[in-house]
Formats: sequence, structure tokens, C-alpha cells
Amino acid sequence: MLQNHFQLFSLPKQFDIDVKALESNYRKIQSASHPDRFVNASASEKLQSMQLATSANEAYQVLKKPARRAQYLLELNGVNAIADTNTAMPVEFLMQQMEWRERMEDAKAARDIATLETLNAELHKDARSIQTELAHLFDRQNDLSKATAETRKLIFIDKVCADILHAIEQIE
Amino acid sequence: MALLQISEPGMSAAPHQHRLAVGIDLGTTNSLVATVRSGMSTVLQDDHGHALLPSVVRYAINGEVIVGHEAQAQQSADPANTISSVKRFMGRGIHDIVDRAHIPYRFVTSQQAQSSKMLQIDTRAGLKTPVEISAEILKTLKARAEKSLGGELVGVVITVPAYFDDAQRQATKDAARLAGLNVLRLLNEPTAAAVAYGLDNASEGTYVIYDLGGGTFDVSILRLAKGVFEVLATNGDSALGGDDFDHRIYCWVLDKVREASKNFVPLNEEDTRLLLNKARQAKEWLTDNFEAQILCKLSTGTLVDVTLTAPQLVEITEHLVTKTLSPTRKAMRDANLSIEDIHGVVLVGGATRMPHIRQAVEDFFKQEPLTNLDPDKVVALGAAIQANALVGNRSDNDLLLLDVTPLSLGLETMGGLVEKIIPRNSTLPIARAQDFTTYKDGQTAMSIHIVQGERELVSDCRSLARFDLRGIPPMAAGAARIRVTFTVDADGLLSVSAREQSTGVEAHIEVKPSYGLTEEEITNMLKASFASAATDKKARMLHEARVSAGAIIQSVNLALKNDGHLINNAEQQAIRDEVARLEAVAQADDAHAINQAVEKLNQATEAFAAARMNASVSLALSGKAINSLEM
Repeated sequence: MLQNHFQLFSLPKQFDIDVKALESNYRKIQSASHPDRFVNASASEKLQSMQLATSANEAYQVLKKPARRAQYLLELNGVNAIADTNTAMPVEFLMQQMEWRERMEDAKAARDIATLETLNAELHKDARSIQTELAHLFDRQNDLSKATAETRKLIFIDKVCADILHAIEQIE
Repeated sequence: MALLQISEPGMSAAPHQHRLAVGIDLGTTNSLVATVRSGMSTVLQDDHGHALLPSVVRYAINGEVIVGHEAQAQQSADPANTISSVKRFMGRGIHDIVDRAHIPYRFVTSQQAQSSKMLQIDTRAGLKTPVEISAEILKTLKARAEKSLGGELVGVVITVPAYFDDAQRQATKDAARLAGLNVLRLLNEPTAAAVAYGLDNASEGTYVIYDLGGGTFDVSILRLAKGVFEVLATNGDSALGGDDFDHRIYCWVLDKVREASKNFVPLNEEDTRLLLNKARQAKEWLTDNFEAQILCKLSTGTLVDVTLTAPQLVEITEHLVTKTLSPTRKAMRDANLSIEDIHGVVLVGGATRMPHIRQAVEDFFKQEPLTNLDPDKVVALGAAIQANALVGNRSDNDLLLLDVTPLSLGLETMGGLVEKIIPRNSTLPIARAQDFTTYKDGQTAMSIHIVQGERELVSDCRSLARFDLRGIPPMAAGAARIRVTFTVDADGLLSVSAREQSTGVEAHIEVKPSYGLTEEEITNMLKASFASAATDKKARMLHEARVSAGAIIQSVNLALKNDGHLINNAEQQAIRDEVARLEAVAQADDAHAINQAVEKLNQATEAFAAARMNASVSLALSGKAINSLEM
């Protein structure tokens, strides 16, 4: 029985999901399938348990993180958001990217954790407004082409945030 | 109120259903064993009423192996043959031990090419690996538990530092095997502490476990909701603990003595051990007192008499305290949380008794840490609760632990760079695959080097294992598609497989870390410990085969009784036939035949197992509305 991640968690296939329901259903599925429940079981049941618990973990991570959720929704619609052919990015966003990168590099060189943290917070704010936009594009307008562009922005912001956290770690 | 039941001395409370299971905290300084009796998690004591077993093993002149208090008492007199803090050497090579000069053991590396690179200690009983020495501690605890519970143990949960890497985990599991224990699960120490804590306090929310033990530091952040303990992030330092504070005091004392006497000679093994013990006593004394006198006479005749005050201790160990805060910050960032999100901070490990540690934690989290459970016992108590749940003694199946992998796992790519496959703090169990390709035209083999760690260069990470995938058909560079799959099970142990996609050529290994023992070494050690005769081994194998046959028959029959309706009658009958066959074979004395029949029964139940899993997940998602209202 092949089902997508949304079906696994009994959630409607949309961007704007009920995070509380996701978390609670994740816990329910793990409670029923986790290897800890099958310590004394037969090898076939252990294998089933391992497989389901593993896919539930994977699916949970995908749905929990907005950028991965958006990417996955596009995938279900046959769109690969990070394909090499999919490189279009508005000029103003490219400029914005460069500015973020420069600020990060400067703060890194100055070993300035406070500035890195401020930048991180700013990016999170930007990410939230893109998420609001994505909910609109996916769930109401069903505009996959615009949704792809916004998803790519979100993926990019996630990458910068990860680099910022990495930089902070290096400095400490 | 119902009358309380009291069982016969030495007997468990519910004789027919209750399976004997214990939790073991295999600590750097002390080890403990605990069990759940009449619903309460309790630490088991030895005949003298001691709960803590000092993790000290002495190989005595008469060939006897002495473990615990007695061994500890003889440590200064016989330092080279009395091993303490062996946990620090688990899964480690000789070059990993930086302060070798201050440790009074004779370390060696095996010269044989085929054996592991794990360090060994030369004792009067011969070369001993840390795995064998740890097994002695586990054997002592096993004997204590079986005596106290009046029966053979079905299984144990052994705790490990959350920040232990794959080699250290594997070494711990190997030690349990040598001690004749059935390991139900390796459990991370902070998670175990959270279980003991959370269940006692019926807490919900986000908690930090700050665990500074004798030789390891862990910090874990967990979310507790409805009996599920979800680890959000973990971090730590597997070579930082109370021992380092002792060592710092020891160095400080040596400096003072050197200042006082002009012609000071380097310490011998006995004096090193003596001074380290005095340092530890001073540290413990300073928890409740302002100053500690360190007074002893060295074998050279030099009299040591120095006084250490509490503020001085704070000053000379400040950098160690700071060293714990960096992993703490990392864990908070990985969990994407700020201080305000934390509902409570739990202190675990004997070293957290030091007032300046408590103060540092309180300052960091801006709240007073929780200390109402004994920091020495809380890990064992939690492990016992998990062991009890795993063997199925807990009637309401509400406890579930979701733990994470502490360190990123990856493999070496061109230029000595690491490609991460599984990032740190991924919830277990996890499987991830990634495709790689060949570098040269006509390349027919690929060497896969598995590493663990956060750094970008292979040389900065810990090398776990290497294996080769051979038989790749010759193709142009970049044409082959080799899918490498990493799987980490619920014990946090890794296995890796590689498969060429077009031909299906496959290679698979259970990662046996470079610093782990080889299968052959373990077999030899097992042989040695069951030295008496080959029949012993045969009898044991038959016994084990029968036990596992009995377990699977019981579990399949129960499954058929409860869920038989999920499959048709013919399918049910097919399974029943295999059960009957296994029952017949189990009467005879052929372990191999029994294991084969078990395997056949497993194959026969595959579809049934899948149907049951689907049914139980559907039920969990739809039918538990009543339960969730109760919580």
C-alpha cells in the first residue's frame, strides 16, 4: 500500500497544515510502529516495524519543515523545484541574496555572533512571509509556477540560515 | 483502597506473567542495576547494602577478578592491575588517550594485522581490552540482579552517553554479549534520566537534561507529551567529566608540592593513584565545605600537605565548566529553542553535585535546576522503566522514547571531503540513501569509507569503517549509479549497504568500527569464558535456540488469536502449520534445525505482519479519541 506523506498522517494534501495534528498523529503512528514495541516479536514483524517507523520519521521531517513540505507538494505535482533547468530567480531576490551573504561573511570575519543572530532572525521573518504567500499559491490559487519560484526562495533562505548557524558554531 | 500485595522474599511480584528485566547504568566511576518491582523503579543493592558498584576491576595475583569496592580499596597498592574509568577507553585507539602519562596503566595496541585497533591494557592476567574489563563489571551486576530477583534475566537495557559514537556503542554491546546479557536496547543516559524524571513528575513540556558524569558530558533537549519522550537535540563531549576535575586538582597539588621542594622526583604509579584519590575526595568534600586539606605521604617520603578552598576550586576548573556550555548552546540552536521555551532543567551525574556547576547551569537557563532525584541513580532508574516496558510488563503501552543520532554520518568523497548522509539529531530509526558515481573510465570497484562527525574534512572526523563494492561493470567515468544506503537502528548502530543500480551488484556491512572488536575476537573471548568444553557451547546454543523458538511461537499464537481475522483461513492455516513444525523440531536437540524452522515461520508470517502493522496504525490514528481525551 503506497501512500503519500499526507495520507500517512491523515492530513489534507495542502501547504497550510495543522501542525498540532501532524505532531499528534506522528506520535500515534510511532506508538504503534516503533521497534521498541516489537522487541519480542518475530523477525517479520520487526522488519515491518523498522520500515514503518523509518518512513514515518522521514515523512514527519518533510511535512514539518515548510521548505521541504513545499518542495514535496511540487514533487507530487510532477515539478522538481531544485532541477538544474529551474534556475529562474527574480533579480531583486538575487540582489537580496548577495546582500545577505555579504553581511554574513563580514560578521563571520569580525567573529560577531550578535550580528549573525540578528541576520538569522531577519531571515526567519522573511521566510514566514514567503510561507504565507505559499499557502495562498498552493491552497487557494493552485498556481504551481509561482509556487515553484517562492519555494526556491524558501529553500535558499534555509541554506543561508544553516550557514549562519554553522558560522556561529565555528566562532564559539 | 485495595490491600497492597507483598511477595515472597526473593520472588518477583507477579510470578506467572512478570519477565525479569533490568536497567544497567554502566558508568565511568560507578555502575548500578535497577528493576521495576510492584510498579516502582528500584535500585538493587549488594549484600552489604551498597547500591553503587565502583567501576573498578582488579586482576588479582591468585587469578581472581575483583570488581567494585574491594578493587577500589586496592587501587593505590596495585595500580597497574586495577583498572578504573575503563569507559573512557571503550572503542578507542591508543592515540585517542591524550593524557596517557597520567594514567598508571600499560597501554598496548594489538600487533596482529587482523585484530582491531582498540587499545588494550597489559595486566598480570594478560592483555585485556576495555570490552572485556567492562564485561567484568556487567557480570557482577548480572549476578547481583539474578540473586536479588531470583531468576534468569530475560533482557537488559544498558545506558550509554548520548554523545557516544558508533564505535563506543558497539563496544558496549559487545561487552554485554561477553557478560552473557541479552541487550534489549542501548539507551542514551539523558533520555533514561528524563524517563525517570518525567514519569515521576507527570510532566509535559520541553526539558533540558544536563548530564555530567565521571567521564562524559551530555546535554539533551526533550519534549514530553502524552508518554512520548521526543529528543529534539543532543550534544556533548564524550571525554569530559568529573575525572577531569580530579585531574585538575591533582595537577594543582603537584604544582604546589613542586614549589615547596627543590628536588621533586616524578611520581610513580602508586603515588599518582594515591594523589588522584585524594583529589577526588577533596572535590567531594568541597561540595559542602569551604576548604579541604590534602594530606598524604608519598612513597619517596615527601609529605604532601596543601589546602584547597572552594573559590580556588572554582578558579582552577572554570574552563571545564565553560566547556560544557558550548555543547549546551549548540543543542539549543539545533532544537531551534530559546531559554524561555525551557520548562525545566534536570541535573544528572555525580559531578553536578559541585555547587559551581549548579550555579553555571542556573545562570545559563535563568532558572533553578531540578535535583529532587538522586543524580547518581536517576539514569539506572529510567533504564529499568524502559527495560520493563520493552519486555512487555507494562500493561498500558503509553511509554515511548524517540531518540536521535548525536553525530552526523557520512562518507569520504574525492579530495578527502565528507559528504553527510545522515545529519546529527535525526530521529531514530532512520534510513537515507544517496547516489554516487565512478571517477575513472572503466572503474570496477569503489572503496567506501564511512565517517562520523561534523567537520568537512575526513581527517577531522572519526573513521568508522571501510568496505569495497566490487564487480561494477566497466563504464565511462560518471556513468555508474551507486546507491549507498545508511541505516541507523533504535540502538543508534549503523549499517551501510551499497548497490550498483544497473547491475544490482551489492555489498553490505554491519559497520564494525575500526576500533571495535572483530567477530573472531569476540568468539574467542566467548570461548575463553566458557572454557570448560565445547559441549558447554553446544548446550548454550541449543538453549538459546529453544528460548527464541518459544518466544516466537508465543508471539505468533497471540497475534493469530487477536488479529487472525486480518488474513484468510488458508493463510492462517499455513502459519499454524509452520508453528506446529517448529514445535516439533524444538523437541529435538538440533539448534541449527530449530533456527531454520524459526526462519521459515518468520517468512510465513511476513504478509500477516504487514497486515497487522497497517491495522494497528489505522487504529492508532482513528480509534484512540477516548484515550486522547483522558490525557
